[in-house]
Amino acid sequence: MSQPFPFSAIVGQEAMKQAMVLTAIDPGIGGVLVFGDRGTGKSTAVRALAALLPEISAVDGCPVNSSRLEDVPVWANAVSGRITKRPTPVIDLPLGATEDRVVGALDIERALTRGEKAFEPGLLARANRGYLYIDEVNLLEDHIVDLLLDVAQSGENVVEREGLSIRHPARFVLVGSGNPEEGELRPQLLDRFGLSVEVTSPRDIETRVEVMRRRDAYENDNAAFMKKWRAKDSALRKAILAARAALPGLTTPGAVLHDCAALCIALGSDGLRGELTLLRAARAQSAFEGAPTVTRQHLKTVATSALSHRLRRDPLDEAGSGARVARILAETLP
Amino acid sequence: MSEPLSPWDRAQAAVTALAVDPAGLRGLWLRARSGPLRDRVVQALAALPLPQRRLHPGVDDATLYGGVDLSATLAHGHLVRAAGLLATPAAIVLTMAERCPAGLAARLARVLDDPGFCLIALDEGAEPDEALAPALADRLALFLDLDGIPAADTFPLDLPPETLALARARLSEVRIDPSAVETLTRLAAAMGITSLRAPLLTLATARALAAWRGETTPGEDTLRHAAELTLAHRGTLPDAADPEAAPPPPPEPDQPDSAEPETRQSADTPPDEMLLDAIRAALPPDLLARLAVARATRAAKGSGGSGDARKGNHRGRPLPPRPGTPGSGKRIDLVSTLRAAAPWQPLRRKTALIDKPGLHIRQSDLRLKRYVETSDRVLIFTVDASGSSALARLAEAKGAVELLLAQAYARRDHVALIAFRGQSAELLLPPTRSLVQTKRHLAGLPGGGGTPLAAGLQLGLLTALQTRARGMTPTIALLTDGRGNIALDGSANRAQAEADSQRLALALRNSGVPTLVIDIATRPQAALRELAARLDAPYLPLPRADAHRLSAVLGAAMEG
Repeated sequence: MSQPFPFSAIVGQEAMKQAMVLTAIDPGIGGVLVFGDRGTGKSTAVRALAALLPEISAVDGCPVNSSRLEDVPVWANAVSGRITKRPTPVIDLPLGATEDRVVGALDIERALTRGEKAFEPGLLARANRGYLYIDEVNLLEDHIVDLLLDVAQSGENVVEREGLSIRHPARFVLVGSGNPEEGELRPQLLDRFGLSVEVTSPRDIETRVEVMRRRDAYENDNAAFMKKWRAKDSALRKAILAARAALPGLTTPGAVLHDCAALCIALGSDGLRGELTLLRAARAQSAFEGAPTVTRQHLKTVATSALSHRLRRDPLDEAGSGARVARILAETLP
Repeated sequence: MSEPLSPWDRAQAAVTALAVDPAGLRGLWLRARSGPLRDRVVQALAALPLPQRRLHPGVDDATLYGGVDLSATLAHGHLVRAAGLLATPAAIVLTMAERCPAGLAARLARVLDDPGFCLIALDEGAEPDEALAPALADRLALFLDLDGIPAADTFPLDLPPETLALARARLSEVRIDPSAVETLTRLAAAMGITSLRAPLLTLATARALAAWRGETTPGEDTLRHAAELTLAHRGTLPDAADPEAAPPPPPEPDQPDSAEPETRQSADTPPDEMLLDAIRAALPPDLLARLAVARATRAAKGSGGSGDARKGNHRGRPLPPRPGTPGSGKRIDLVSTLRAAAPWQPLRRKTALIDKPGLHIRQSDLRLKRYVETSDRVLIFTVDASGSSALARLAEAKGAVELLLAQAYARRDHVALIAFRGQSAELLLPPTRSLVQTKRHLAGLPGGGGTPLAAGLQLGLLTALQTRARGMTPTIALLTDGRGNIALDGSANRAQAEADSQRLALALRNSGVPTLVIDIATRPQAALRELAARLDAPYLPLPRADAHRLSAVLGAAMEG
């Protein structure tokens, strides 16, 4: 039971899985927001993603997972200098985590016992080059949201407190999940997520029964179950690595850029982040499919998740913004 | 078909199942006041094969995850660590679970996703809006409500350890019939339970009960009992609210399915309808309603982050430091700690057991930083300026706004003003604290025309959401005489106008923005009372209000 549920064994929820794979291909997309009911496999998918992601090579003992020795921050000690493989970090940011825990703070233990001024890195340092997962992101305290907004944008964590003055890289993919019934997300934070997916419980009995079967097998016949799915997971991992390699060589025709802009204008999304994310996601999607150029079809595949959270809110629209994007998508890009 | 379990039988079954497979079942939500019955259940839980650890809702991170044992560290002069309560698998007993804050609930939920842990949530919720956090309730298999069980109907809970050990050994041999999996899934779907954890937990419970009863596959009764214990409190039971209704149309879970013939094939599985009946009998009739209220209230409370005044220890205006132990979220105030330790240094140096350089600091010297942070409140006046609303009342409303604002300056409140008349609503005064600006805007407020109540509500909601996004706490005060006759699209269609305002009232209620409905008609209006009920808002008829009374009422309501 020590291994998480395999990513490829998750039944349905294709949009969520697709979004997570896209961020694994291009972390620059900027994260995934998964909103939906309880018990729809949100946390399962994130834990599974951690096991799916390829390992990264990092300096042994480096608190921010630097890939090269010269990138290790000066305040870090006990660094041996060897480069080791370690799993891509997927760090949980629990609700109610304090500012100190998130950004890091003066190491009180060492200050009191040894009289040294040392920095104790926080969750943001540990999440560098990996993922930061916030469950129930809509319930996050405002002052933590403020911190995240700044760091998620700049990719750097600046600590100026208690006589410390420290900065270190903090580039991570933000993954948030939550239940919209329990509270809204601040629009500023919403905008920082590259992709957003709405998950719902499967409606048809057959799918639900299949979920039950697989989970039951996972819990009660673990060895056989893991063996069955490990091959699929490693095929997916290979596909992600291949897509990463293919990404720089992709060509993006001008017509696709034009489509991006036309779609965002038709939707009336604020700012230009919509277009940029849409394009990045479409490129990642076409790399994943192994296509040499980005096409309109790729754009259409990712448009809903890249744009649905960037629309102006309409409190009376009960259909959800996903439906609005789909409608305008059909009108603008036939 | 046997009878459904009696309430105390259910308690016994729940405790047994949990004792057989605590890790698979994840735990028990025990809703009961403290009393002999609850004590008896909790004592019986000692049979769990896990060490029990008690938590209270105010527990901090250092206790949960481990940290520095500060008093020992200071006394010994070297670092002493304390292990956290969650370091090894355990049965966590959470007391006063209804008061568990969202942060702790999230942490415990995370821990419950790890194998080996199990949670017993003692929920003493007395008020309808008190209940266990949904993130935890969803993860725990079992639910028990002990309130109202006569002590005479109970018997000692007897769980012989040898039999339990036998059952645990049998657990891995229990096979679940594929058709049973399907039945349980279908049942959960029929009850409107969207979470897929629920049927999985039912399966685990059925397995545990079967192991206890010595069955190789869970029988019909075992499945039914498992469903009673795990599903009853989650769903919206069809027709449960109206037991006297003539034979209700059977809930057809597979109605939307096109695969009709295939899903009907298994005649030997217990029909969902019978299971539903059993589950319905398993619960006190008003419990579901109470739980629904609790869910709704929790939802309305929303993020719990932005808003009201709170004493944090992160930012804001500093308060005097207090003694305490630094830990999760509490930051040490170094200067006052040193100041507290300074007078004792010569004495401590003489009496110290170990000879060390530097300061001698004891735990009692430690001082913590505290701050108070208040977020600004916004009172959004949504004023009916239509022809039907007497112009005199409008003047009173204007007076009340000015009075409130005069007081608001000291309390850092903001005021916004929306007027609706003719065909639409208009934001006359964006949220402001400027008295001068307000006076100028109010002086020019014209009256007359139709009553577009829906448009007023919509603009009020939008303004409230915007101010909330800016970190303020909005309250809407609706001043009207309740005769909405203009629809949202501006047409004079009374029926449509009514439908629109009802829809908006619902949206407003769901948004959790506190609202006041002030009836300024000469006679109290039934329609407005209804609207207030729909908004879940206080209804204040003020036929003879002057500006002073209005402002007093509003001030009191906002404080409350």
